[in-house]
Amino acid sequence: MAVYKRTYHVYSGPVTPAWSRFLILYRYSKQNLFRSKLQTAFFVMCFLFPLLCLLAIYLTHNLGFLAKYNLDPTRLFAIDNKFFFAFVATQGWLAFILATFTGPGLVSPDLANGALPLYFCRPFSRTEYVLGKASALVIFLSLITWVPGLVLFAVQASLAGSSWLWTNLWLARSIFLACSIWIAILSLVTMALSAWVRWKIAAAALLLGIFFIGAGFAEAINAVMRTKLGDLINILKLIGTVWLDLFRLGDNLAISVAQAWLGLLVICGVCLALLWRKVRAFEVVK
Amino acid sequence: MNPATLNERAAIDDQQPSITAGTSAPVIELQGLSVRFGKQDILQNLTCSFSGRTIGLLGPNGAGKSTLINTLLGFYEPVSGRARVLGHDIRSETRKIRRLVGYMPENDAFISKMSAVSFVRMMAELSGLPAAAALERAHEALFYVGLGEARYRQLGTYSLGMKQLVKLAQAIAHGPKLLILDEPTNGLDPPARQRMIRLIGEMRDAKELHIVLCSHLLRDVEECCEEVLILNKGRIVHYSNLEEERRANKRFLELEILGGNGDFTAAIERLGCECATIGANRLKMILSDGVQIRDIYRLAGERNIQIRRLNFRRDTLEDIFLKAMEN
Repeated sequence: MAVYKRTYHVYSGPVTPAWSRFLILYRYSKQNLFRSKLQTAFFVMCFLFPLLCLLAIYLTHNLGFLAKYNLDPTRLFAIDNKFFFAFVATQGWLAFILATFTGPGLVSPDLANGALPLYFCRPFSRTEYVLGKASALVIFLSLITWVPGLVLFAVQASLAGSSWLWTNLWLARSIFLACSIWIAILSLVTMALSAWVRWKIAAAALLLGIFFIGAGFAEAINAVMRTKLGDLINILKLIGTVWLDLFRLGDNLAISVAQAWLGLLVICGVCLALLWRKVRAFEVVK
Repeated sequence: MNPATLNERAAIDDQQPSITAGTSAPVIELQGLSVRFGKQDILQNLTCSFSGRTIGLLGPNGAGKSTLINTLLGFYEPVSGRARVLGHDIRSETRKIRRLVGYMPENDAFISKMSAVSFVRMMAELSGLPAAAALERAHEALFYVGLGEARYRQLGTYSLGMKQLVKLAQAIAHGPKLLILDEPTNGLDPPARQRMIRLIGEMRDAKELHIVLCSHLLRDVEECCEEVLILNKGRIVHYSNLEEERRANKRFLELEILGGNGDFTAAIERLGCECATIGANRLKMILSDGVQIRDIYRLAGERNIQIRRLNFRRDTLEDIFLKAMEN
């Protein structure tokens, strides 16, 4: 089938390993992300706050700087669990905005124009498809959340010494876990919504609606019913409760940590079920 | 063997006896295959085997053609029976089948913001080709189907005919051994249809792959296929090996003569041919082996009989289809 020959011939060359094929979708999704200048600029902006945090950590340990301006290190910045919680919370919001921009564009174009049969008529499963599409979001969100978080932790540990490291090692685990849960929730919810509505803009609007209108609805339930159980449908509250617990800041939580974990697991389950139902070559109308 | 005999031999009644065509290894084998959506039986107890280079699936809308294709590709789970594609079981070896198959679906299937070359390349990569080989073959496939000049345009800007050609390009880019085309000429204008049929014919003649052509357009199937399976309401209503029929039809003649019959009929029968007279001037005959048309002309010439018309009587696919539907 060479261009100049214009004849058909069977391909008989080497093939790639089956396990690696989901990364093909990651590669193409990455190209789509960086095609938009706005998204690229926002992605770059997401590294500003980690750089500021890095500067803060450096200055806290720079005795020359402190002496020059006669600053008290204990009053400047405390590099502790509250510092890292603030970092995760800030980057978490940025991750949410990035997911709102990019997430709905992952699956909906395939569904909108019926491209799914072309994926699944190949040696490529639905699980690999979801994994491949999610990997793009997971990798980008990781780059702005737990990766810089762990870099900051490592810098702080190298400057503060081994005693700080061993005392605060649990913080590294908390940073990773808190960001990972948030990334998983964002990825699954955005993908499930875009699979459901098949329209990028509508999916983005629905995502905002679920997070913010859901939170408002939960508060309304709490106020009317004089209960705290409305928080169980508030994703922001659920994730906040888990984060506060992970960073050992959860002294006065509205709902229990177990309830929050359960709520997040249910959300993940619903999203997976939705994806499983929608991401298929052909829908069977019974 | 005349067409009627062939049809009788191959006709499939409700008991669905097995059909085996050709002598080489079967491309597709169905054994009591049934598919059900909810309480509705879509395919019922299909049993047949094909080994031809081009196989046509014919039937009215809703006959189950696309469902059969989708079941062979593993999109639908059969409720009973077995099926094998290129020797691989559709239940347990779906991945192997998909590696060997190229599929062009009936409906729109593209990603509007992608260029044709990126789209075809991605699909080839998903079939297992390394990135460089996939890019090379994507360019080749797009040139082959006639989209070489438009290959960098976004698919969303393509016309319907171009979208059909892109679907064909993605189906052949990874070099499959079996190409499944579901209504490939749908919505095409006559020149575009002609081009699509020519491409299918070229691929068939290259003898590198088998083609399953699913269509409700008899002309498409008749022009491209060697074997035809006619489905109706989820059942096989007729199987026909068009190649064999074409060969058989060469022996079935209709003659119109002038100058009196005399012993012309008897002379033909003495050659070993079956012959029947219709009225004074018309004859029907089946040529026996070794008897050529020129022998008939010679006999006529010896008796001063003019042959005014000589036809090979042949059932068209339309005749076959209509008969199958009536049955």
